Amino acid sequence: MNIKNKTWLPLVAFVILAGLVLQGSTFTSNGKVETVSENSSQQSLEPYFKPATTKKLTPDADGFIQRWLLLEPISKPNRGNTVFVDSYLREAFSEEYFENQYSVLPEDGDEVTVTVPKQQAVTDFRRQPQTPAEPEMETVKLKWHALETTNFNVKLFRFATGLGLQEYGVLFNAVTIVNSPEDMENVRMAVGSNSASIWWLNGEEAVFMSGDRRMVMDDCVSPRLTLKKGKNIVRGAVINGPGMSDFCVRFIDENGEPVRNITITTE
Amino acid sequence: MKRINILGTIALLSMLIAQTAMAQIGNPFIHDPSTIMECDGKYYTFGTGGGGLISEDGWTWDGGGVRPGGGAAPDAMKIGDRYLIVYGATGGGLGGRHNGTILTMWNKTLDPNSPDFEYTEAIEVASSDGDEDNDAIDPGLLMDPDGRLWCSYGTYFGNIRLVELDPKTGKRVKGNEALDIAIDCEATTMMYRDGWYYLLGTHGTCCDGANSTYNIVVGRSRNVTGPYVDNMGREMLKGGGKMVIKAGNRVTGPGHFGHIIIDEGVEKMSCHFEADFDQGGRSVLGIRPLLWEDGWPEAGEKFKEGTYEIESERRGYALELAVDFVRMQGGMRGFGRNNTEPVQPIESQKLSDVIDTWPKGNIGVRNGDYMFRPHQKWTITAAPDNSGYLGGPYYKIVIAGTERALAATADAEVITVPKFTGAPEQLWRIEQLIDGTYRIMPKEVPNSTEEYALISIGDSTPTLAKFDFNSDNSKWNFNDH
Repeated sequence: MNIKNKTWLPLVAFVILAGLVLQGSTFTSNGKVETVSENSSQQSLEPYFKPATTKKLTPDADGFIQRWLLLEPISKPNRGNTVFVDSYLREAFSEEYFENQYSVLPEDGDEVTVTVPKQQAVTDFRRQPQTPAEPEMETVKLKWHALETTNFNVKLFRFATGLGLQEYGVLFNAVTIVNSPEDMENVRMAVGSNSASIWWLNGEEAVFMSGDRRMVMDDCVSPRLTLKKGKNIVRGAVINGPGMSDFCVRFIDENGEPVRNITITTE
Repeated sequence: MKRINILGTIALLSMLIAQTAMAQIGNPFIHDPSTIMECDGKYYTFGTGGGGLISEDGWTWDGGGVRPGGGAAPDAMKIGDRYLIVYGATGGGLGGRHNGTILTMWNKTLDPNSPDFEYTEAIEVASSDGDEDNDAIDPGLLMDPDGRLWCSYGTYFGNIRLVELDPKTGKRVKGNEALDIAIDCEATTMMYRDGWYYLLGTHGTCCDGANSTYNIVVGRSRNVTGPYVDNMGREMLKGGGKMVIKAGNRVTGPGHFGHIIIDEGVEKMSCHFEADFDQGGRSVLGIRPLLWEDGWPEAGEKFKEGTYEIESERRGYALELAVDFVRMQGGMRGFGRNNTEPVQPIESQKLSDVIDTWPKGNIGVRNGDYMFRPHQKWTITAAPDNSGYLGGPYYKIVIAGTERALAATADAEVITVPKFTGAPEQLWRIEQLIDGTYRIMPKEVPNSTEEYALISIGDSTPTLAKFDFNSDNSKWNFNDH
């Protein structure tokens, strides 16, 4: 039985949000948990993440990139994942939520300002239809976090819950820098994501993954690309309704072997 | 791997018209069916929410199974003279948060009308606390070759986990630590074959009827504890999995695998389909042949009604009536002819061209060169009495365009009788084997209790004898050409 069940989603959402409330967490105008209960010590990015450092970091043995700048989730209410058809996603991914969204190279702690649908109160969230035609909007600040994942994949669900933020019905943004010692032609970006996502290399779209997806290693692979000598910017956006959110990214060569002679930085 | 071969657009269209993609009949409505168990001559499977289905023959299913405890996605296994039932007490993320509990309980019988029918008190064998990377529902059982009992469980919420149970008590083995063996699937179960352990999981989207993308994938390992990898060498802990069954033939969303071994070379799998378009889009029990190719399992297709050559795997000859071969007009055109003359198609030989040359009474059968002649074409349809066996109906096999039916004789030979009467010796069980070929068995051999199959005892000579999977004599193919 799938937790992404749409039929049950209102109940899921209610229970989850009710759980947060019962734990003493409340949503403020910026969508973050302002007050927390005695359980707040349990909210942590560990063991899934640790702060990014400036130490030399190469991809793991399979080539997965483990150092990323992650933006706190943007509210994008969806009670189910059936909406993630190509046309919806093209619109959702092309919308500019914050200034310089497609060019910014953030630093850890940088904040952006977004105007997004306001979080619905628990009772409203249970009772109201999927998304109001004209949802009430609010302007909030979201922070970039420079992190290293302890797994091959980046568990966005744990990123959100670890910060006490909304984990369902959200849009995540990720940025990293791939430093190549030379021009590498005919490499490909290989991505898996839960759920749909889009990925760019140096501003050019590389991978677009539609539908209600689970994160599978090498699920979608880009056309042949060139990693230029020096810095290459990888940028991605992952959207999800209910359920786990995560992604994994690596580069592979013509033979499908992982590209590992690169380094990963966040600045 | 041989299949039902469909050649040409016309053949395909005729198939589409003639076939009925039949699911199980009766009221086979269930979600997350447990592995099908046989108990005192009946078949049982349990589903999410409690209860289950019962079948007298494995083809017609109705409600009536009793499983207390509710919750999600049970599994069942016969151990000794008892049945062990395992289930998740909650509905995972559906009925609450992800704090789940896996429970086991025993029963001496699955027949709720038996005086021995009584479940033992359920025992907790695994759990999840609601926050960890696991959702303790959807258990599946495996007895390994050494007699050790394993249970996999979990959903998309984190990892699929494996624990060891005591096959005598159904309790968790003391000190056993749960192992993570996969991600991004649910409703897992396991099987063992030829030195490999197989982990089967359900991928895709559940519970969305006609739009459910549920499908079943598999990885394998030399060790029960993993790592389980797919055909690309990709670990299931990284999302890997090779497809076993997916949507098709008007059913969507296969999920919750169960393995059934009928005989050597005859295996089946159970699942549910999220939506059977021919049954109002309800979730139904599915039973399919299980095929093996290069060490990987793959679902076969339910046998499709139609008109076929019945080809012996032994030499490739076709089952045919033992009647005169009626030559067609023409013959070799000759060398040196003018090839600029207009081409005129030749009409195939028709039944009406030859039927009057056939005897009116019983006619024997033999195997011969296939020439797509009327005496070699067999129309196969489900028996009108809805009788069946596990996963399929008995079939009526007649010469196309006639009621002349294939029948078993009391001396264990095979003939045709002029008219189909529905007698049990005229009903045939057709099952796809693990290599993709087929076994054909009469429902009964008159005055015999032996289970015989259609066999090629010589290249040209069919008979009835014991089925032997290791001999091509026992195997047949159905070709539509």
